[in-house]
Amino acid sequence: MAKAASSKTESHGLADAFPEERIVELYRTEVLARVMDERCLTLQRQGRIGFYVPLAGQEAAQVGSGYALDPSDWIFPAYRELGLALVRGVPVKSLIDQFVGNSADLTKGRQMPNHYAFREQRFVSASSPIGTQITQAVGAAMAAKKRKDPIVTITFFGDGATSSNDFHAGLNFAGVFAAPTIFFCQNNGWAISLPREKQTLSRTLAEKADAYGLPGVVVDGNDVRAVYRAVREARARALAGDGPTLIEAQVYRFGPHSTSDDPSRYRAEEAVRKAREHDPVVLLQSELIRTGILTKDSDAKIWEELKAEVARAIEAAEKTPAMEPLSFFDDVFAQPTPALEEQKASFEQLVREGVLRP
Amino acid sequence: MTELTLVQAVNRGLRVALSSDPDVLILGEDVGVNGGVFRATEGLQKEFGPDRVIDTPLSETGIVGTAIGMALYGLKPVAEIQFMDFIYPAFDQIVSELAKMRYRSGGQYPCHVVVRTPYGGGIRGGLYHSQSTEAYFAHTAGLKVVIPSNPADAKGLLLTAIHDEDPVIFLEPKRIYRSVTGEVADGDYRVPFGKATVVIEGTDVSLFAYGAMVPPTVEAAQTLLSEGISAEVVDLRTLVPLDEKAILASVEKTGRAVVVHEAARFCGFGGELSAILAEKAFYSLKAPITRVTGYDTPFPYALENSYLPNPARIAHAARTAARTQ
Repeated sequence: MAKAASSKTESHGLADAFPEERIVELYRTEVLARVMDERCLTLQRQGRIGFYVPLAGQEAAQVGSGYALDPSDWIFPAYRELGLALVRGVPVKSLIDQFVGNSADLTKGRQMPNHYAFREQRFVSASSPIGTQITQAVGAAMAAKKRKDPIVTITFFGDGATSSNDFHAGLNFAGVFAAPTIFFCQNNGWAISLPREKQTLSRTLAEKADAYGLPGVVVDGNDVRAVYRAVREARARALAGDGPTLIEAQVYRFGPHSTSDDPSRYRAEEAVRKAREHDPVVLLQSELIRTGILTKDSDAKIWEELKAEVARAIEAAEKTPAMEPLSFFDDVFAQPTPALEEQKASFEQLVREGVLRP
Repeated sequence: MTELTLVQAVNRGLRVALSSDPDVLILGEDVGVNGGVFRATEGLQKEFGPDRVIDTPLSETGIVGTAIGMALYGLKPVAEIQFMDFIYPAFDQIVSELAKMRYRSGGQYPCHVVVRTPYGGGIRGGLYHSQSTEAYFAHTAGLKVVIPSNPADAKGLLLTAIHDEDPVIFLEPKRIYRSVTGEVADGDYRVPFGKATVVIEGTDVSLFAYGAMVPPTVEAAQTLLSEGISAEVVDLRTLVPLDEKAILASVEKTGRAVVVHEAARFCGFGGELSAILAEKAFYSLKAPITRVTGYDTPFPYALENSYLPNPARIAHAARTAARTQ
């Protein structure tokens, strides 16, 4: 089945080869993600943000896949997709606003850091339950197809999510309805403490696609060009009406699952050191310097510029006023129910009486 | 006006919505060619095509998850879960996703899905075709919970649900799908959410019910009348939003309250209703609030008539309350 599908794919061709003229732009986005990641881990340790989910090791997978999309495509992310948000053009300040939970946070301080939503960038709201976004991406793709909109939906999830109910339901529905969806699995080797080989006996995660009658593709997630091509190809298939594709981008999670996690409990530093030999940011950096596209100096300048940009955004986000205390009552429904209005009024009353100091 | 059964009224409501709005679509198990196991969607796929009345694979999380994606994209999906007892594979999608999407995205992503599902006992359905678990959903912020008790309300509330801006859990009392008939207006009409209806006016005791419990409650009220007890029957129609005003007004008048539901008692919706009355109508009460409910057992197959509230149990509770001065 996978073979038949891939021969079909060839007819779409790789009309758009990798945009080499944009390689520095992609590299910059990867560096920006890395810089933000390092800064945010520090901010969390300093108590300036409550929580953080690092993406180090997954920059090329996210930037390459994001770059292969059209701005009109819809993204159904998990919570580790900072690089993807950046490649979609989400401003650094907007991301930091969400981490801080200030009054400029588009999610209004309701979600933990990294669980953001950016409607303007068609970046749908992330949640914490694993895999739930997968079926949603399929539904949106079915809707787009019904309206004959020439777009695809793409959903991001990890190796752990391939064990979820919604992975199964999503791939199955997408196959049956030929939904224009891309299932983009970032296999980073770890579902918190569970290594990939204990998640499933399957040899690869991509081969699970076979059971649903879909093509499954494995790509080196540290190779930004390979990721880009795989997503372009899947996108072309989807738009041609040939249905969904499962892509397994093999990466490695260099950091902890989140700032609440201590990986020394379950994995040896040696494995991380080895994985870091294939650090996607370093790989691209070395290549660009080796081929003369960048010099050591021009590269250093990129890092400095981006560090300064992130520092400015953090400063601005921390100066942005806090959330309005009563706002947590809003957006439960389009219009509040009488019961909610009553609860809000009673909260206000407690504040007036000095019982509560919001 | 046409004389219809409750399930026919649901069917007509869906048909009106499909005809008038191209964004409306139906998805679920056996809803297309087969017209639904209760025939609620009978004839609709033939009329509107397989892209608007979609037979899905057998996965409730798939049905609700894809419906959420469709709604985010701008469609108005009506998902059918074949029996409420089978809704739990979709519980995560309903509770963690559907209910919270608007809130967690700061209002960027409203997510309007109607989940229709038949609920309740009295059809010899045993453990897994009889449950009445509205309390799980009423307890979750962000969901509206609607339970019609008659054909006219079924159609009017369903059309309101489909054109609402928020997620709606629409529970259909399958026990009275066919046993109750009534005059139903043709075309599009809407019954507003949050408006209870006084089915029978009375002065001595208020009986609160919804869905399939309304007919036995009305029967109990009629029995009581012959004994000289004037019972008021209030049909809640929507649990969220709840018409507190109507509930309080009734108890302020009668001073006595009996809450009826077929769901198990402990942490059932009757507990909430009783608490509201205790908090806000305490000084009007002349008797303890009582609940007539299902028991705290799983739903029994052969003895379901012992489990379900019936007119005798309801009348007994109301009589006891009415005699308390």
